[in-house]
This record gives sequence, C-alpha cells and structure tokens, in this order.
Amino acid sequence: MASYQSLDLKRRSASTEQPPLARKYTEVAKLIDVSKCIGCKACQVACLQWNDLTEEVGVNVGVYDNPSDLTENSWTVMRYAEHVNGEGNLEWLIRKDGCMHCEDPGCLQACPSPGAIVQYTNGIVDFVQENCIGCGYCIKGCPFNIPRISHVDHKAYKCTLCSDRVSVGQAPACAKACPTQAIYFGSKEDMIEHAQGRIADLKDRGYQNAGLYDPEGVGGTHVMYVLHHADQPQLYHGLPKAPKIDEAVALWKGIFKPFSLGAIALTAVIAFVHYITNGPNESSDRDEENAERLAGRGKV
Amino acid sequence: MRRYEKVTTVDRYSTGDRINHWITAACLILLALSGFALFHPSLFFLTSLFGGGQWTRILHPYIGIVLVVSFLGLFLRFVWYNFPNLDDVRYLGRLRDAIAGNEERLPEVGRYNALQKIVFWGMATFITLLVISGLGLWDVYFASYLTIEQKRLCAVIHAVAAVGMVLTIILHVYAGIWVRGTVRAMTLGTVTGGWAWRHHRKWLRREVKSGKNVHAPSSAEPLGDRAMAE
Repeated sequence: MASYQSLDLKRRSASTEQPPLARKYTEVAKLIDVSKCIGCKACQVACLQWNDLTEEVGVNVGVYDNPSDLTENSWTVMRYAEHVNGEGNLEWLIRKDGCMHCEDPGCLQACPSPGAIVQYTNGIVDFVQENCIGCGYCIKGCPFNIPRISHVDHKAYKCTLCSDRVSVGQAPACAKACPTQAIYFGSKEDMIEHAQGRIADLKDRGYQNAGLYDPEGVGGTHVMYVLHHADQPQLYHGLPKAPKIDEAVALWKGIFKPFSLGAIALTAVIAFVHYITNGPNESSDRDEENAERLAGRGKV
Repeated sequence: MRRYEKVTTVDRYSTGDRINHWITAACLILLALSGFALFHPSLFFLTSLFGGGQWTRILHPYIGIVLVVSFLGLFLRFVWYNFPNLDDVRYLGRLRDAIAGNEERLPEVGRYNALQKIVFWGMATFITLLVISGLGLWDVYFASYLTIEQKRLCAVIHAVAAVGMVLTIILHVYAGIWVRGTVRAMTLGTVTGGWAWRHHRKWLRREVKSGKNVHAPSSAEPLGDRAMAE
C-alpha cells in the first residue's frame, strides 16, 4: 500500500509482488470533447504551471502547434489538423495530445526498473522519477508515442493526470483551466455516460460518425476523446485507429523472458549431467608418451 | 624463464592472446551481469553491483564498446584458424563420439575442432548483432537516429542475441572444464603434448614439424626458486 490509501497501486513495473486489491476503487477518466475545443492552449499553460515546468521559448514552424511536439516539459500539446470533409468544407480538428493512461500500459510492461512506472487503483499511470533509470524502454512500449526523456536528468516524463490533485479530490489542472469545458473529469462510468449525450448531440447536428475513443486494444483508456469522426481517428493528427502494445514489445517483455532464463538454466543442467555421466575428458600418460615420441622424431 | 614441466609442452596462446582473451572475458561477465539486471525483474538486484539502476544503464554500453575493441582483437588473432574445412564435416559426422569423449574414434583435428569453430563464429555473430542493436538502444547518443519501430526491433534483437551469446559462453566454459588441461592454454599459454596428441593431433604434427613451439620435458627438478630451463 502506498503512503496514502488514495494512491494505492494496482500495477508496479518490474515487480512480481501482489499489489493490494481487496478494496474496490472508482476508476477515474478524463474526457476530452474535441468538438468543443477552441485551441486556446489554456490547458498547456495550466499543465506547465501546476507541475512547475518551464518550456523553452520555441520558434514558429509554420503551424499553430507550439511546441511542435511533446517534450519532457510539455506533457500536453494541442495538435491542429486541417481536414476537408466530403462537402468540400474545411474542418479544423484540434486534439489535446498527451498520455492516454491505458488500462494495459505498454510503458509499464516495458519498464525494467521496479516501481519506476506505477498504475494507481483509480487507473492513473504515473512515472516515479526517483526510480527511473533513464533507459527509454517506456518510449518503446508506448503505443501512442508519449513519454519523453529529459535532456537534463535523463529520466522519463509524461502527463500524470495530476495524480497529486486527483488524490485529494481535485480535477486535473487542464480540466480546471479549460474555458469551454471541453475537458471533463470524473469517474470513468460517468464520463462514458456524459460522452453518450455529447455524441447524440453531434449526430443530431450531422456528424453521423461521432463517437467515443476508448480503444479496446489497450484495455480502454483513462483519457478518452469525443470525436466527430470516430471512424477515422487518424484525421486527428494521427491518433491510432486500433492502438495496442506492439508485437515486438509483447514478445520481448512477455514469453521471451521466462523462456530464455529457462533455456539458460537447462543448458547449465545439461552440461552438469554430461559431466557426471561422462566424467572429465582427460589425456592419458599414453597420450603424453605418444606426443613425446612424435616430438622426438621431430628433433625438438 | 620456463616453468618446470615433466612432459612435452606446446605453445598455444601468446601472452598477447591471453591478455586479450581475459579482457574480453571480463567485459562479457560484466555485460552479462548488467544486462541480466535489466532483462528480468527477478535479476534487478544485480544493479547493486554497478552502483544502482542508473549507473547500470550508464555503464553497460561503455563496457560494450571495450568488448567490441577487445573482441575484434581476438577475432583478428584467431580467424585464420577458424575457417571451415573437410575435417569439420567428418568431425560433425561423428558428433556423438565427440560429445561422449571417444576421441580415438574421431578424425585427427587441427588447431580447432568443428565445435570450437562454431563457438567462434557464433560469438562473432552474436557480438555483431549485439553491437548494432545496442547502438540503436543507446538513447543518450543515438535516440534521434532511429524510429520507435526500429528501436523496438533493436530491443528484440539485443535480447535474443544476448541469450544466444550466454548459451554459447556456457558451452565454451564447460568445454574448458570438461576437457582437462585446457584452461592452462589460457593461463600459462602452453598445453601438454598429451593434450595436443589427444585433442588436436593434426595441429601437434604441424607444430612438431615447424619445431619452434614444442618444448621437451625439463631435464631436472627445480632448485629452490630457480626453475631449471630445458
């Protein structure tokens, strides 16, 4: 159990001990309604401010995205995508990018350091920097390309879903700052229910394919989107349609580990059995005599 | 100064060969320990040997660089003796006898037998794979050169090649323990004539013919500190 009950762990990286599971907790979720986002970046500012982070002053790269990608400081970034719909009209699709807090987190599976990545019983996936060794395996495990390694301390950083705020009953800083209430926060159940209302509204207004983004391939996520075009999530700056932990990561961190330790142990056992059944392979005195005779003929 | 020897001895590894070999061996042991520490949660405690998880992550690739240089030295020293030939085919045809130690039923072997050559080329292959994939995982310097998909592939190749390498090392070390009189080749640099006669007779014949590296038994017991030479 963690120091605070509200921070009890459900999963812990590179650990085989049983975490406490007796109590039943409410799973939380953040719901981002893309159709209500105006791209003001108040969430980005709130995130930097609450987490005591400072982003470097960037340069304009020709689009509104600023910074142009997630960084070790910017744990959330507005992604602006232009989409010409079937009627020839331009749609500006703005998505708040950041950690999706997967129910089955690829980062946590890939992490080799015990307790550097944890998942609380409320579903939030958090990086514990004091245990992070900076190997970058979380980046390889993540299906959404979210974690970033700091150039200052070589440790991994990403959105915490304001686990510190949530543990004392507050909504994440981004949700608090959003002026259009495009970001909701609450129990996952409530958020799904709320999303259904929004989706019905969007369908009413002609977005036939409006829907909720809560991808099954990673066991669902604790950050969900309401999308006008849920059938084409890639429109939203490459949001993956069916994200899941990559086969290479699953192989490397799954079956291969016990298999190879077994193979090594087996080889050692076979060698030992070979020794006790065959005995040492020794050269005899006769071999020495033969060699001496041969060397003698060679006049050494 | 030559050691006192009751029997004929043959030079097998020069001082340079031996130093090179043991630097390589030390690197491989350190790499295996630090690599296993990050490979399986149950082995993470091994990071304590290197000053913690962060230090293990920092040191592992540098040790790898030393290994590459050192192994390249060994490779260039021994590659000439490790090209496959018809003897190897005959030897592998009698693999059962080789494993059972019935060497009188095996064809005469040169400097290395077929299994030793397989270990040599196996190590060269695995180390090459480990170095290439390892650079791809060395984020401090090379993070921006590869895509995430390529890095995932590197991680898999690195793990598979590392396990292959460990299995090969187990074979290599076991062979050295099982075949008595082998370890001295890498500690003293010489083997006994009987060892060479039994395990590498073709090589012994060549050495005898060239005459340079074969030493007759010492003629007298050593006196005090002064081991008598020849």
